[in-house]
Amino acid sequence: MKSPRTVAIAGLAAFAMVGALAACSAGGGSDSGKTELRVATFPPGADEAAYTAFAEQEKQFEKAHPEIDIIGVEYEWEGPTFAVQLAGGSLPDVFTVPFTDSKTLLENGQLMDVTDEVAELGYTDKFNPILLDAVKDGDRIYGFPRQAYAMGLHYNRTLFEEAGLDPDNPPATWDEIREAAKTISEKTGKAGFMEMTQNNTGGWQLVAATAARGGSIQEDHGDGTYTSTIANDATKAHLQYLHDLRWEDNSLGSNFLLDWGTINQEFAAGNIGMYSSGSDVYTALVRDFSLDPDDYGLTVVPVEDGGGTLGGGDIAVVSPTADDETKAAAVTWIDWFYMQKLLDEDAAVLDAKTLAESDQAVGTPVLPVLDRETYEESLTWIEPYINVPRDQMTPFIEGVWDQTPMGEPKGKTQEIYALLDTVVQAVLTEENADIDALLEQADADAQALLDE
Amino acid sequence: MTLTAKPPAAPPAGGDDVPPAASAPPRRRRGIRTWVRGGGLSTLAFLAPMLIVFTVFSWSPIVQSMVMSLQETNLLDPPTWVGLDNFAHVLNDPLLGTAVVNTLYFALLALLFGFPLPILVAVLMSEVRRAKGFYSALAYLPVVVPPVVAVLLWKVFYDASPTGLFNTILSWVGIPPQPWLQSSATAMPSLVLEATWAAAGGAIIIYLAALLSVPPELYDAAEVDGATIWQKVWNVTLPQLRGILFIMLILQVIATAQVFLEPYLFTGGGPNNATVTILLLIYRYAFQNSLGGDYGEATALSVMLAIVLALLSWLYFKLTERWSTS
Repeated sequence: MKSPRTVAIAGLAAFAMVGALAACSAGGGSDSGKTELRVATFPPGADEAAYTAFAEQEKQFEKAHPEIDIIGVEYEWEGPTFAVQLAGGSLPDVFTVPFTDSKTLLENGQLMDVTDEVAELGYTDKFNPILLDAVKDGDRIYGFPRQAYAMGLHYNRTLFEEAGLDPDNPPATWDEIREAAKTISEKTGKAGFMEMTQNNTGGWQLVAATAARGGSIQEDHGDGTYTSTIANDATKAHLQYLHDLRWEDNSLGSNFLLDWGTINQEFAAGNIGMYSSGSDVYTALVRDFSLDPDDYGLTVVPVEDGGGTLGGGDIAVVSPTADDETKAAAVTWIDWFYMQKLLDEDAAVLDAKTLAESDQAVGTPVLPVLDRETYEESLTWIEPYINVPRDQMTPFIEGVWDQTPMGEPKGKTQEIYALLDTVVQAVLTEENADIDALLEQADADAQALLDE
Repeated sequence: MTLTAKPPAAPPAGGDDVPPAASAPPRRRRGIRTWVRGGGLSTLAFLAPMLIVFTVFSWSPIVQSMVMSLQETNLLDPPTWVGLDNFAHVLNDPLLGTAVVNTLYFALLALLFGFPLPILVAVLMSEVRRAKGFYSALAYLPVVVPPVVAVLLWKVFYDASPTGLFNTILSWVGIPPQPWLQSSATAMPSLVLEATWAAAGGAIIIYLAALLSVPPELYDAAEVDGATIWQKVWNVTLPQLRGILFIMLILQVIATAQVFLEPYLFTGGGPNNATVTILLLIYRYAFQNSLGGDYGEATALSVMLAIVLALLSWLYFKLTERWSTS
């Protein structure tokens, strides 16, 4: 035991161990004088062509900005991943966050202030104010709205045909949706219509339907206080509607636990006739869920009683832990990668061309982040590269301009969505669910959250 | 039957007597130099890797989470101390009661179905004369399947439409399609069914090993007395296994109190919060609704759960101490 050799070996073993641990936490610095910028690319599982297109864009950017070295990082917006990466310091320097979550991050103080940068680039007054509102706290701005959507009704044209319905003439009212759903499930055995119910998306969709039916679940007093209005007539009417489709028509299929990803999966697999989600989901349906483009149809979600379409989208943000040099590089990248293609003809054409050459979706219907004129003009620039079946989306493209875009509720958004998940699930899984009582309870719980 | 317990008991008793008398007093007088000369450094060097790994990956997170349960943090700015606010908040959450009841319900169902089943299977398997290895492998197979894969597989089995796998099988014997995961009433039992399937293999192997230690003379004697199989199981096997049965029971209770995987992957806590468990609630606090803003509440609930489980573990040690000496 006393032999010096033994001690030396043991010491070495311990040293090697510590060395290995230290190596684990080694961070990346910048060499060769370039600023390394880690930017978000695609969710895991995106097809290879998406990466080919990105590599091309990376080259173009680095040619224009030789002082910045772009490092693409596989990225998918997920709450758990975000928190862990934030705590562990491995968040990409530039990433995107859906509006739905940006409010929670704002409340937590987890976004980087980019007010001055947005102003310097001259975007402050150009953004659609409804969209900008989602990333503002007071008059400070915490991100660049880069893509927006209105809620759309996505439908499967093949199932419509199998059920004897006209895919070029999709339902335009809630009653017509109900009729079509019933026909589809009777004729094909698939779910005629379905809504998301899980992981806070049930609440999100219920709020969207409430907005479409002219209601709102929250009154914003503008001073940081809110009054919950969950037990309103529009929400009640929609829950009753879901109840009737489920228990009278049996046209919602048999899986009532779906979230954004799983409902996309079911739809792309041809198991759902119609569902409501953001109008830009086509890109993901094709890229991540292997949807056959011929199956796809898109129309507007019917609005009634002064309702509107719930808007959303995502914002490009800079990691809250980035230093000044990285932040400057990050803003340069955001401007080049996300913003210029909305404004500048050359950038728009280059972007569309690069994407189209790798078979990535070009021309998915969105809501303009800036103004409608710029958006429609940009569509004429990229006309030759548009490869999504826009003729199958005509009812949406023509109808959406008649709908008023509405913002999401701002107070305790995700926590209230979670409360509403339960209400939607109860209505879909319990025939005798008492809608009034469920809403009263959710309203009381939501008010308690808002009063905290 | 003719053996007595005395001979094997003698050496440990003698061994116990020697060390305290010989080593305790000198140890107190030993200085650092004698410790070094006695090989203390190399002992420490060999111990260091383990100490470091435990400190970094086990002890420090435990201490940190206890500290965090008294703080509010957004993971960016320095955390602020909030005393017991997080605990108060968690205790006032209307969902906590639901989660506790659901977890207890899961534990109870797992106890009713999951606990006796492996014993039964092990007893039956120990009676099998041929192809014992084959049956053991078959029973253990579900344990080898990665849990996430198993859950995704069972999700397909649980398809609630009349064409789902289980519902098709039920239709052969004239039972109408069941909603499985799609109803508050059947969701939890469905989770327990899968969990039992997934975990039974491990328990069966342990019981099989324990059954080998039952002296065959006891069975022979029972047979001579004309006992039936049932009587042999009841009067010989189970009493001989009581030690291991008790250990497995406590371990199962501790494991089921921490159930997360099944509700998270199968139902996300639904439908209608019927499968929200304590661990799922912790997860939601930390990640789902607050996106990393409620780590304080998540750790507060974790600490409370840890205290309850520590009490159970203490009970386990106390009781097993008695079992092992009896």
